[in-house]
Amino acid sequence: MNPTPALFISFKSLQENFVTLIELIGFGESFGWLATLLAGISISFLIINVMVVATAFYTWFERRMIARFQVRRGPNRNGPFGMLQPFADVLKLIMKEDTIPDEADKPVFTLAPIALLAPTLMIMIVIPFGTFLNKEAFLSNLNIGILFIVGVTSVNSIAIFMAGWGSRNKYAILGSMRGAAMLISYEIPMALGITSVLILSGSLAMTEIVRSQSVWFILVMPMGFFVFMAASTAEMSRTPFDQIEAESELGSGYNTEYSGIKFAVLFLAEFMAPIVTAAVVTTLFLGGSHGFDFLPGGIWFALKMFIVIFGLLWLRSTWPRLRIDQIMGFAWKTLFGLGLFNIFLVAVEFTLAREFNQVNNGSLTTEYMLIMAAVNWIITVAVILIMANVVGRKKYTRPEPTPSPLANMGLGEN
Amino acid sequence: MATIRTEPVTINLGPQHPSTHGVFRLRVTFDGEEIVDLEPVFGYLHRGTEKLAESRNYVQIVTLTDRMDYVASMSNNLAYVRTVEKLSNIKVPERAQYIRVISVELQRIASHLMATGFLLNDLGALATPLVYCFRERERILDLFEMLCGARITLSYMRPGGVFQDTPEEFWDSLNTLISDFPNYLDELESLITTNEIVLARTIGVGLLSDAQAIDSGVTGPILRASSVKWDLRKANPYEIYDRVNFDIPIGSSGDTYDRYYVRLQEMRESIKIISQCIEQIEPGPVRTETPFFIRPPIGETYSSIEGPKGELGFYMVSDGGISPYRCKVRAPSFINLTPLRDMITGWKMGDLIIILGSIDIVLGEVDR
Amino acid sequence: MILTKIITGEEISKSIESTLANAVVASDETAIWVSPETIHEVCKTLKNPDGLDYSFLTAISAVDYIEYFEVVYHLTSLRNNCSCIIKVKTSGRENPKVQSVSDIWQAADLQEREIWDLMGIKFEGHPNLKRILLWEGFDGHPLRKDFIG
Repeated sequence: MNPTPALFISFKSLQENFVTLIELIGFGESFGWLATLLAGISISFLIINVMVVATAFYTWFERRMIARFQVRRGPNRNGPFGMLQPFADVLKLIMKEDTIPDEADKPVFTLAPIALLAPTLMIMIVIPFGTFLNKEAFLSNLNIGILFIVGVTSVNSIAIFMAGWGSRNKYAILGSMRGAAMLISYEIPMALGITSVLILSGSLAMTEIVRSQSVWFILVMPMGFFVFMAASTAEMSRTPFDQIEAESELGSGYNTEYSGIKFAVLFLAEFMAPIVTAAVVTTLFLGGSHGFDFLPGGIWFALKMFIVIFGLLWLRSTWPRLRIDQIMGFAWKTLFGLGLFNIFLVAVEFTLAREFNQVNNGSLTTEYMLIMAAVNWIITVAVILIMANVVGRKKYTRPEPTPSPLANMGLGEN
Repeated sequence: MATIRTEPVTINLGPQHPSTHGVFRLRVTFDGEEIVDLEPVFGYLHRGTEKLAESRNYVQIVTLTDRMDYVASMSNNLAYVRTVEKLSNIKVPERAQYIRVISVELQRIASHLMATGFLLNDLGALATPLVYCFRERERILDLFEMLCGARITLSYMRPGGVFQDTPEEFWDSLNTLISDFPNYLDELESLITTNEIVLARTIGVGLLSDAQAIDSGVTGPILRASSVKWDLRKANPYEIYDRVNFDIPIGSSGDTYDRYYVRLQEMRESIKIISQCIEQIEPGPVRTETPFFIRPPIGETYSSIEGPKGELGFYMVSDGGISPYRCKVRAPSFINLTPLRDMITGWKMGDLIIILGSIDIVLGEVDR
Repeated sequence: MILTKIITGEEISKSIESTLANAVVASDETAIWVSPETIHEVCKTLKNPDGLDYSFLTAISAVDYIEYFEVVYHLTSLRNNCSCIIKVKTSGRENPKVQSVSDIWQAADLQEREIWDLMGIKFEGHPNLKRILLWEGFDGHPLRKDFIG
């Protein structure tokens, strides 16, 4: 479908509107910078508000859904169906005392929550939401879109380390050390997953990636989808990779010493991550806003995001967590290997496409992508079966229990 | 090549902690992620049960024993009451023995459900298997409420029998539970036993060899998971255990997975025992007449039963009065903590909580 | 029906006398009495896998008879499914001392600490004889008959 070129919200148009507003009031030409500033503030205001409210409702949704998995209801007292519960939580957290430990590193301690929240918010700039009221809805058509996302999410690891280090608490430092190690390790599989998408789309810009998905990339390269999903679940430190905030082990890890509004900001950043990850996954693998024409593209985008979020929630509420060395082993051995194999596979198929003349201006034809999908699915299922049965069975076969000769219940007296 | 100098760090897993199963303190020394030393500190729940027992009469002590292993009250009651009966030569009617065995096996299922649920909670599965296990445990606690009016601290047994006979609706609910439970256990097993993450975290973790288990005095599912086939219900049968058929499940290597799996299989065996008891039970009296103040003759005895946590025994010395002269409890959870240090050193932080959870201690029994 | 065989005092004392002469102070139908200094040797003999093979220490208890303390050892042999009772009478009430068996059975480790804590009987040779159920610095031994709380 061909969208109209006008954007729903754009920085330039806002800037021009503000310039006209300033001239109306009568400030004159030298206040052009004021227009830019006001435009920037209003866009940030928009992003922050939308994301925070979305995260608030996501926490409500998560608590209700996990409760349903656990045969109980979730919060249902505050408001209809408990919808005002997140607001009650935030109100409580704001009214709490904002403690800073005496020996803590105050600047680091205070900046860590902001350092965790800001990158997560910034990712939403480059996500193409599809069309809405016949105009394209995204904030910026950055032509290095996906690279921007990878760079910005790397700040997560610094922020978690800052949170633990600034608290000056043994538990917090333990948690954040593990966290930093884990987050750095999982950036590589994430990048590998993204690279395989880039081979097929030919451009780093997110709108181009969406446009080149005439067949959704989850069908074309399931292994890449799996690698990227696993890596981004670990980047968000959600179960099964949530060792760093394992409540049952370290009593809350890196956010032990935080209370009040700082804790609220950390909490917010932690729950905003799934929404943002779902948006990125939808753009990269699920075709973004493509869908049947009876609904606008924005609604399709929201539906796909919802499915990814629900999948992440499902995982969280049913699976136990892995140990830290198993997590690292998974990143460096399994995901790294699978990621490289996937890139190799996709690259071979893309080169073969050139041989068969299936490439038209940078992207593949739909028929060739469908053939690729079939072949890749077979290969992925085969690889998983081989890994599970050959490697897995060997580790987990248990011998038949034989009674020890050290005890003998049969003797005794009548 | 010079390496960076590292220092072991001592951390206090304090008395209040989400997953140490009660007020239990561990001082752990870490070298990086690996545990090099461990020192358990307990006694936060010590209430002086043994000293209190010396100033209460024999029927009053039944309520004291409830609160020792507060997860499995019936077993505590049974062990105590059997010791008094052995000391005073009181005979127990048959129907009482059948009802006792049914109660104790139900209590074993409830205790093992709680142990399994909390082990999986420690593994990190966000309380979902815990809630499923507790849903079934609620049905068992409802049955207990029919029997004696209470759910946790039951005080159902008396020297000479049980407190009162079972009401009519008990048997219908019990039959429903017995027919539903094997399906429920199959469902639980399909969710947990073949889960890759559970297997990866529990297989090979926290090994306890059979020789060391016997030397450390552990009993119960831990001993059986180390492939030692020893169960007091078969080695020294009491009540009517010699009239029912059941197996003793054992494990192959003594790791955490074996301890979990032995408990799961024991639940199945308990269902078998209960259904055989339901067939064999006859109407009759449930309590022999004993004087209000039981005065056992001067002497001493030791008798023990196979409780859900291990061998629970009472050593009682009587001087002919209305209270025992000395009432010592052989608490299985207390003695099962003996090999804790050897089981945990060398493993990592994440394994510490799991190994502790697989030993299944109850602080009321550790501290008495 | 198979039950655990309860070995009478005379049989045990006969088995011990053959290797350790004069170790048994007295014997009864239920138990034998051993002196506090020789308990370690006697237990080592009992644990011997080629001999009686009492590999499992079920429980150690302590009783306060006003003139003396008595420490009771309940032993079980898992291989032969039999059990026996060994008792130690301390000489008097002041400063009671018994040899520790924690190097023979590791099960004695925590139980001897508990007896030291609550009853005040010192176990010589125990690697870590500290209070276990009460806090460090508690004054007195509560399970004694003369302890007023």
